[in-house]
Amino acid sequence: MTQNLVITSSPHFRAKDTTRTIMLDVLIALCPALIASVIWFGPRALLVSAVCVGASVLFEYTYRKLMHLDMTIGDLSAAVTGLLLAFNLPSSIPLWMAVIGCFVSIIIIKQLFGGIGKNFANPAIVGRIVLLISFATPMTNWPVPLGTDAVTGPTPLGMVSAMEAAGVDAASSATPPSLPTYVDMFLGKIGGSLGETCTLALLIGFVYLVIRKVITITEPVAFVGTVFVLSWLLGADPIFHVLAGGVMLGAIFMGTDYVTTPTTETGRLIFGIGAGILTVVIRLYGAYPEGVSFAILIMNIVTPHIDNLTRIKALGAEGGKKA
Amino acid sequence: MSIFDKRLKGVRAPHCKNTMDSATQKMPVPDKVYICMSQHMGPPCDVLVKPGDEVKVGQVIGDSGAFLSSPIHSSVSGKVTGIDQIIMPNGTRSKTVVIETDKEQTYHESVKKPEVTDRESFLKAVRGAGLVGLGGAGFPSHIKFNPKNLDEVDTLIINGAECEPYITSDYRTIMERGEDVMTGIQAVMKYLNIPTCIIGIEDNKPKGIARMQELAKGVPGVRVQSLVARYPQGAEKVLIFETTGRIVPEGKLPADVGCIVNNITTIAQLARFLKDGLPLIAKCVTVDGGAIAKPQNVQALIGTPIKEVVDFCGGYSKEPRKLLMGGPMMGTALYDETYPILKNNNAILAFDESQVEGYAETACIRCGRCVRSCPMNLMPLRIEDAFIKDDYQGLQDYKVNLCIECGCCAYSCPAKRHLVQTHRLAKARLRRWTQEQTAKEGGKG
Repeated sequence: MTQNLVITSSPHFRAKDTTRTIMLDVLIALCPALIASVIWFGPRALLVSAVCVGASVLFEYTYRKLMHLDMTIGDLSAAVTGLLLAFNLPSSIPLWMAVIGCFVSIIIIKQLFGGIGKNFANPAIVGRIVLLISFATPMTNWPVPLGTDAVTGPTPLGMVSAMEAAGVDAASSATPPSLPTYVDMFLGKIGGSLGETCTLALLIGFVYLVIRKVITITEPVAFVGTVFVLSWLLGADPIFHVLAGGVMLGAIFMGTDYVTTPTTETGRLIFGIGAGILTVVIRLYGAYPEGVSFAILIMNIVTPHIDNLTRIKALGAEGGKKA
Repeated sequence: MSIFDKRLKGVRAPHCKNTMDSATQKMPVPDKVYICMSQHMGPPCDVLVKPGDEVKVGQVIGDSGAFLSSPIHSSVSGKVTGIDQIIMPNGTRSKTVVIETDKEQTYHESVKKPEVTDRESFLKAVRGAGLVGLGGAGFPSHIKFNPKNLDEVDTLIINGAECEPYITSDYRTIMERGEDVMTGIQAVMKYLNIPTCIIGIEDNKPKGIARMQELAKGVPGVRVQSLVARYPQGAEKVLIFETTGRIVPEGKLPADVGCIVNNITTIAQLARFLKDGLPLIAKCVTVDGGAIAKPQNVQALIGTPIKEVVDFCGGYSKEPRKLLMGGPMMGTALYDETYPILKNNNAILAFDESQVEGYAETACIRCGRCVRSCPMNLMPLRIEDAFIKDDYQGLQDYKVNLCIECGCCAYSCPAKRHLVQTHRLAKARLRRWTQEQTAKEGGKG
């Protein structure tokens, strides 16, 4: 009867969470934004999302299979990457371009560096940046909310950029007639990437992730807070800059990616503040109207250094107190 | 230091305290006992009897001249039939005295009230009682009570946290032998001249807290502190921090920050010995787990085979797949149910198939849960990294030597990495590496 005893080293209990349940939680948290994107941009938003998720999982499957590696599509991280990439694309993007983005994300950024846990940058962010640089026009042709696919217009950030170029000061004019209202921006009734516009839906996802303890509030609060304060200090409209573009999507879902952001809370705070500063600087002084993806990519690259600088001191370690 | 830093990190493991209200049942004397000579931290005892000898209850049958040791007494009266070798769960071999019992339980003449008048005679009595830390570690108590800097010790901390899931034997001590606990505390405070005593109990045992508060009423210097029920609240360094706010520095002992920590059952046992001289011959263990028919608390004589303890609890209800000595977080998996009860056993857990999961290790996703759960503020993911790369300097920098092996990191890891297990290996290798480095430097000099 006792011949069948299992011998392992303690602990003999493990928490129920696995990589898969965490990724599933992220997918669930992305659902409100997905629904909002379908409401504002129509069924094509769903199609782009489905193609990105499908292509990402397929690329990961093929690579792992061909390289004779453990199959990792079950951990759902490829699906998360695909959906996040879709959220960073306009709903009108040609599907083959979206598939190229998935290739860059999954194969080049994720798998060539060793798969989940080893990538140095957020795969979805790099996928988006590569598409933006390679296909500038389709990547900045933003469908108008509730309009047909054929009608396109600028994003709010694009409008501000254009106004600045034309010599109109967006911040000082009482209500620039062409800019959307805060309510519209909060609900996502603005031009933009399909998953980034609805702040409300993204916030619902944020609350869900915090309650499920998948993420801590440090990085999103630091990121959004920095964008708010810095844009206000530099004379721009802080509420506008928080609601416009990819700040919310980036702060909640990209800047909290475990692999490419710091491990400690102090590190996450530094990451958030850094990404916030870079975003505002790029938006106000750079050539691009939007800077969230570049900001996150740059912070991804400096993450190992942040990690080294924010080591926590062990309890009772020489010369130290509890950190 | 902000208020947030004071929160114990750790993990919220399931409590599973199913046997809280099960009063300790005394097991009958078994036909044979197997008394292991390695029941404490330190080298095993030498056998002082030979096959054919008659022994009585409380007779010393094993002792050692080593500093870190504690005598071992016969728990029964009867005849020694053999000296066996057994393989301990940690792989080392140990001698075991097999005694056929006569069931009469006649006491040896050495079992009489010890004369305790001062510190010296008190420490002698503690050693004579065969006392070791009964919380699980098995550190000889008389050494704990005799630090080099005793005059700096101002606080006696009694560990009644019992943070391991399932185990309720310390709780039963509080409920059934609370008076003994108080007597023991007063004796230690008197003979070691320690002015204050803090009894730490987790707040998932409100009745236990109330009972100790009642008993501590009017006793000068003794107070009960309710602790948040969070694993590993009962770890020595954690408990010292939670009760006194003091931090034991690297490489130092609790006495260096003025504390002596003792398990609550150890203290109760000490009081018992001071009363009538009966050494540690029986232990209350919690028998629980999905494969046990009737989970309960049992008082078993030391040396009783685990199989008989389980049979006393109605045997197995399902096929056991894992047999643990101790709790699920730090307990040892046994390979054999004939293994005997030791002094420092506080639980026997038998898990069924559903409680024994195969954990497939996946890649670290750097989520930082191990960092957030480490009560010692270590960074387990970095330690694992350094270990894989054979980076000994890194292991040293990340202070793997401070790991208390509580298992919170491995518990919380969603990728199911064997973190604490890695730390155990890393600690051993780092120790060896440091020795080699010192030897090399010595050779050069």
